[in-house]
Amino acid sequence: MRTWKVWEQRLVRGISFLAAYSVIFILLFLLFVVFSKGLKALSWETIFRLPKGGYYFGGEGGILNAIVGSFYLSVGATVLAVIIGVPAALFINVQLIRLKRTQNTIRYLLDALWGIPSIVYGAFGFTLMLLLGLHASLLAGIITVALLITPILVRAFDEVLKTIPVELQEASFSLGSTKTETALRVIFKQGLAGFITALLLAFGRGIGDAASVLFTAGYTDNIPVTLDEPVATLPLSIFFQLSSPIEEVRERAYAAAVVLTFFILLISVSARFLSKRYAKNIIK
Amino acid sequence: MNRIRRISDLLVNIWMRAGLYLLLAIPVLIGVGLYWKAAPIIGGHSLSDLLFSRQWFPMKGEFGFMPFIYSSAYVTVLAFILSAPLCLFAAIYLTQFGKHRLLQVMLPVIDILAGIPSVVYGVWGVLVIVPAVAEYLAPLFGVVSSGYSLLSGGIVLAVMCIPYMLNMLIEVFQTIPVGMKEASLSLGATHWEMVKHVIIRKGFPGILSAFGLGIAKAFGETIAVLMVVGNTLDISVSPFSSGYPLPALIANNYGEMMSIPDYDSALMFAALLLFVIILIINLFFRYFIHKTEEI
Repeated sequence: MRTWKVWEQRLVRGISFLAAYSVIFILLFLLFVVFSKGLKALSWETIFRLPKGGYYFGGEGGILNAIVGSFYLSVGATVLAVIIGVPAALFINVQLIRLKRTQNTIRYLLDALWGIPSIVYGAFGFTLMLLLGLHASLLAGIITVALLITPILVRAFDEVLKTIPVELQEASFSLGSTKTETALRVIFKQGLAGFITALLLAFGRGIGDAASVLFTAGYTDNIPVTLDEPVATLPLSIFFQLSSPIEEVRERAYAAAVVLTFFILLISVSARFLSKRYAKNIIK
Repeated sequence: MNRIRRISDLLVNIWMRAGLYLLLAIPVLIGVGLYWKAAPIIGGHSLSDLLFSRQWFPMKGEFGFMPFIYSSAYVTVLAFILSAPLCLFAAIYLTQFGKHRLLQVMLPVIDILAGIPSVVYGVWGVLVIVPAVAEYLAPLFGVVSSGYSLLSGGIVLAVMCIPYMLNMLIEVFQTIPVGMKEASLSLGATHWEMVKHVIIRKGFPGILSAFGLGIAKAFGETIAVLMVVGNTLDISVSPFSSGYPLPALIANNYGEMMSIPDYDSALMFAALLLFVIILIINLFFRYFIHKTEEI
């Protein structure tokens, strides 16, 4: 009886130990495969050149169009997301601070929004684009990606803001500041670390997403100059090149995947680093 | 001075309100927008025909979504079977058996996994999973497969689900009060018995929710699945044959959308279907989670 209990415990412990480490192993394995395959094909030419004629049939050139395009698209979308999202998050935590039920309902709806797949945003962006009379362009892409990342930004920022004690706001009000001043000067400052993390999180999601821009951003070999030109993105560039029958073109898809993964890792790591660095300004 | 402050207060207030209302209106706008575009096909066919018919001939105006719904469900169930037990045990180890340090290492790892773009998972799937299925797994069962199969889709999706599911499970386990665990241990239960009877029972709604949300995530995933699942139209029982999930259908045909009548509206119907299913799953399980968090 007793021994069986002990054996059961050992067995489960072993299984769960394996499960936990296999998650780490899967991550390392994934990164190892992507990097080892892609680094061979990666060269300075890939990063700093635009696609030349016949690029998709093995001709010369690189993926600069996609790198810069992804960057434009995500920066634009992040700016738009900040314009919509930051005041919304502040509103929840300043104006609605006494209305716990309303706050919870809003958070619940935002959480539900978080799970909507990006292809649905893509399809919706497409209908929006037709409605607004746009064609596949940087602007349409920015709007679509902004719709996708705003809930992510708001929810992440809100998570930090909700930990700020109410007393801080009360102190600010009692000194005679308006709700706006409290929101922008006190609460926003307190949440700065969280804001940066949320910003980078949303930015990373914007760079990595392919399905939402499939209909709306178009694809081009050039770097767009105005907002109504089509734009190439890294994920789509990987996707298109990988479906090529030519070995050399597929190799470039692996190289592009390394570039994309590198950016994402960089964003992840700097989000952690920056949030720690700014966290020391926070009054506990 | 006072006037300026009051006006700026008012303006910023309007801005904040507008931001929030816009945000909350997004799901409504998506629903209405997609319905508006899908209306021709919903009006022209009966809903049961659209959902349960196997006839997919866009040129002839026949749109039966059954093969796509079947593939989506198949791949999602496979992903669930592969990832759910792994995540459950990993979460148990990380929060109950393992050292606290390991959890500290694990959380950034989960973050990074969650941040890796879908297309990179797809590349990994094409490089590793597809050949593995074609060369090792299929011959093991005496089947010939190109590797671009429902099984590959399921495996890639399972890996993509891990960070979300694991993260939620860890959060669920951490909300269980320490006092309850101590009480159980002090009555002479082994560590595992405590986990079994206290943690799992008490966290059951949370565990279910984590699984549910993981499933929803898998169901809507597009690019990675599209890259490994083969994209052929057929309803087949074998996991080694290829499939064609709903998101892949939408993503794959955007080029031809405008040239065939009613085709765009059929694809928007697919998006609407995806949106409604996932929104319902999300609302349902999030409600569970919010209920448990409030206590």
